[in-house]
Amino acid sequence: MPVITGLPVLLSAQSADLTAARAAEQRRISVIQQAVPATVCIFSANGQSGGSGVLVSPEGFALTNFHVVEPCGKHMHCGLPDGSIYDAVLVGIDPVGDVALIRLLGRDDFPVARMGDSDQVRIGDFCFAVGNPFLLAGNFQPSVSWGIVSGVHRYQYPSGTLLEYADSIQTDAAINPGNSGGALFDGQGELIGINGRGSFEKRGRVNVGVGFAISINQIRMFYDHLLSGRIVDHATLGATVTSDRRGLIRVSDIRQGSDAWRRGLRYGDEVVSLGGHAVTSVNDFKNILGTFPAGWRVPLEFRRDEKVVRIRVRLEGVHTPQQLAERVQQRPPRERPVPDQGPPDESGPAIPRASVPEPVTRWIEDRPGFANYYFNRLQTDRIWTAYHQVAGTLQQQERVRMSGSLDDGTPVQLVLSVARSGIQLGDQARVIEQPVDLSLPDELAGSGGLLTALHLWYRLLHRGPDRTGDTGYAGKLPGPDEELADVLACNTDGVQVRFLFGPDSGLLDGIEFFSAADRDPCEIGLADYRRAGQVSLPHLITVTCGDQYRREIRIDKINLDP
Amino acid sequence: MKRHCGLPAIGLVVFLTLAVVLCAAPLRGQSSGSAPGPEQTLSRIAKVYGAGGLDRLESWQSAVVISADGLLVTAWSYVLDGGATVVLDDGRRFEAELVGYHPPMELALIRIEATDLPCFQLDRRPPVYPGQTVFAWSNLYGIATGNEPVSVQRGSVSALTRVATRRGPRSTGYQGPALVVDVVVNNPGSAGGAITNRQGELLGVIGRESRDATSQLWLNFAIPVAEVARAVREIRSGQARLAAVSETGLPEEPVTLELLGLLLLPEVVVGTPPWVEQVVRDSPAARAGLRADDLIIEIDGQPVATGNRLRESLTRIDRDRGFAITVQRNGEFVELDVSINR
Repeated sequence: MPVITGLPVLLSAQSADLTAARAAEQRRISVIQQAVPATVCIFSANGQSGGSGVLVSPEGFALTNFHVVEPCGKHMHCGLPDGSIYDAVLVGIDPVGDVALIRLLGRDDFPVARMGDSDQVRIGDFCFAVGNPFLLAGNFQPSVSWGIVSGVHRYQYPSGTLLEYADSIQTDAAINPGNSGGALFDGQGELIGINGRGSFEKRGRVNVGVGFAISINQIRMFYDHLLSGRIVDHATLGATVTSDRRGLIRVSDIRQGSDAWRRGLRYGDEVVSLGGHAVTSVNDFKNILGTFPAGWRVPLEFRRDEKVVRIRVRLEGVHTPQQLAERVQQRPPRERPVPDQGPPDESGPAIPRASVPEPVTRWIEDRPGFANYYFNRLQTDRIWTAYHQVAGTLQQQERVRMSGSLDDGTPVQLVLSVARSGIQLGDQARVIEQPVDLSLPDELAGSGGLLTALHLWYRLLHRGPDRTGDTGYAGKLPGPDEELADVLACNTDGVQVRFLFGPDSGLLDGIEFFSAADRDPCEIGLADYRRAGQVSLPHLITVTCGDQYRREIRIDKINLDP
Repeated sequence: MKRHCGLPAIGLVVFLTLAVVLCAAPLRGQSSGSAPGPEQTLSRIAKVYGAGGLDRLESWQSAVVISADGLLVTAWSYVLDGGATVVLDDGRRFEAELVGYHPPMELALIRIEATDLPCFQLDRRPPVYPGQTVFAWSNLYGIATGNEPVSVQRGSVSALTRVATRRGPRSTGYQGPALVVDVVVNNPGSAGGAITNRQGELLGVIGRESRDATSQLWLNFAIPVAEVARAVREIRSGQARLAAVSETGLPEEPVTLELLGLLLLPEVVVGTPPWVEQVVRDSPAARAGLRADDLIIEIDGQPVATGNRLRESLTRIDRDRGFAITVQRNGEFVELDVSINR
């Protein structure tokens, strides 16, 4: 009879099905077990708020949300799933991207999350969130919620100018208040994002299957900036776009004087691509823009009269540093997207911020404009020490005399000293003296301030970053060749200079001198380092300003005077 | 996870192998086999933009494509008032023409000028059972714009049941067979989206946001594909009638006691309670389970103390809409779902 002969087949089919399901479940359990040890439960020192985090380096650097650390101040307590609790300090914050970097203290062998590649995440992939929802993890055992990726490259509007979620990952894994700052892992247990936001609206603050994670690839772009201990800013093009009737993305407004304007972008131009990605919607544009730190340089393609023009644009900050510091300080509590305070019945009278214990205080340095200046000093020292090891130190009274020529044979003489510097370029001769005279910023017409830039360079070499204006680490930014460089930014005498150090060579590869806002900077490339006495100095100096000015100075001879 | 397996295309083996692969990536497209990738399902869901935007009313919802030549099913709501724009998953935009709507089902049929569209098959009846893994596809919260794909959520079928939404006498609500799911699909903008099985076959269309007036709980439901197909048939054949509302705000064709097949105790004194004297055999009242000697207490949750109040209440109910009658019978309260149309 067919039923009876069919039955064993059916049974074996069911047991095969069951075996497969159990194997899948076992795999899921082991993936979760491997991922969980690097997750962190964050509590403010006074125990009144907190959230989640995830460790990304054995030295204890961990990622979380800005809105989690905001009520915590610079010191917090972090619990790991093994039951240990650690002191942690704030390192850097990205209030626009809602990201913060903290450092757990006391170990150099913390468990670390395996990093994923969020650009490979696809809609429908399995994923799971690990965190501290409703601050339930009193014993630091985090909660795990399993789900799928509901959408990728999602754009969620900021509240004011802070907390913008660009290029984020949407998931139906339960993200509740307290999950903020926690890890979103893919089905293999690789870190693909930091959870931080959910859509709630009229249902009250519980998950309705719509959570958002900041993509780990965006955080990668900002990681060195966060390490710098600064309040990091996001970027704007200085132009806005809108979608026209045909769905094309056009410039709807552009700030005259922005770099995009100076490179030729105008009202009505159709934006084709940004940062190498096609722009097909306003959200696309905002998604791409939202992943770059201020100061980044990106390629942009636009179409005008059927012709496609490709430019490279320097993105400006969304805020001035002062605005950013003020906005962070003055943010009203209602703007917070997922408040992570404990249950409301516990909110009694305001509880004072706990005092920071003695061993932790040495990890904290207050300074306006910084989340924690201690970490900036650390990075500045690292770069300066590395430079000295490869290039040597200028002696106290040294004056540098360089002679060489342009590629057309024009002779060039250059004298640099702390008090006074001069240049002779063919029959053009200029001299500047300390303090830098701002009335003559463009002392060699069209160069954007070549001599001033070289003068400040010399001051840095001679006196070091501590005594060259207000100089500190500003993270990694792409240099003229699009290679990433470690940047020491220097504000002095009302001008800004960026010194670009090769992350591998440790050498000073370039200088960007901004004589004034809304003017093209003088970009100097320093190459062909060779010994001159006790130090290494560049023998090829390239100078660029805007789209017109381009000079290449070949140095034949360098003298170091006492 | 990023593996794409070539699957042997034979019966049971395919299914089992598929189950394992799906565990690794629940929706990842297969290079062979019957399950489409998420892209294929996403291409059958559209975003609908229209009226709203005031007083916290969302001006968007979702729709499913049901024919290659441009027919879409969506929720019947104010979003469609005064014309709507449909945006397909490839970013193409169309002005939608309203073919018709089906008030009791709260569904609308719209048409766009397009051909060769990927579409769902309304004549398919894939098996549906409680515990089944399902996916919900919709533009909840209006997250996706342009050519961005809508959102997908995963969950299970909780129940196959009938819903009887009890609301105020003026509002309409879906009542009928429903696919209740544990996915939160009552989010703003979800209505008109799709519930599918793992193979991407349409199981139901997500209904309008609906909340139980008593428990204040939001119901996560979809209208089963068979009901959707019936609604489309009735709209296209002209059977679905517009629920015309007169200037007084009352339906032009309200429910009456005669239509229901109910005979009450005569109004001998002012304030006679609505006792049921007799129920006409095979009438809507009989089908709903009303019996002689029942005392009618409430209509749609609103108390009706007298026969006159009952008649007045009925004038506010369109005869195409289902409603609830609560009766007192042998000392117990009994709730009954009533609809004029079978």
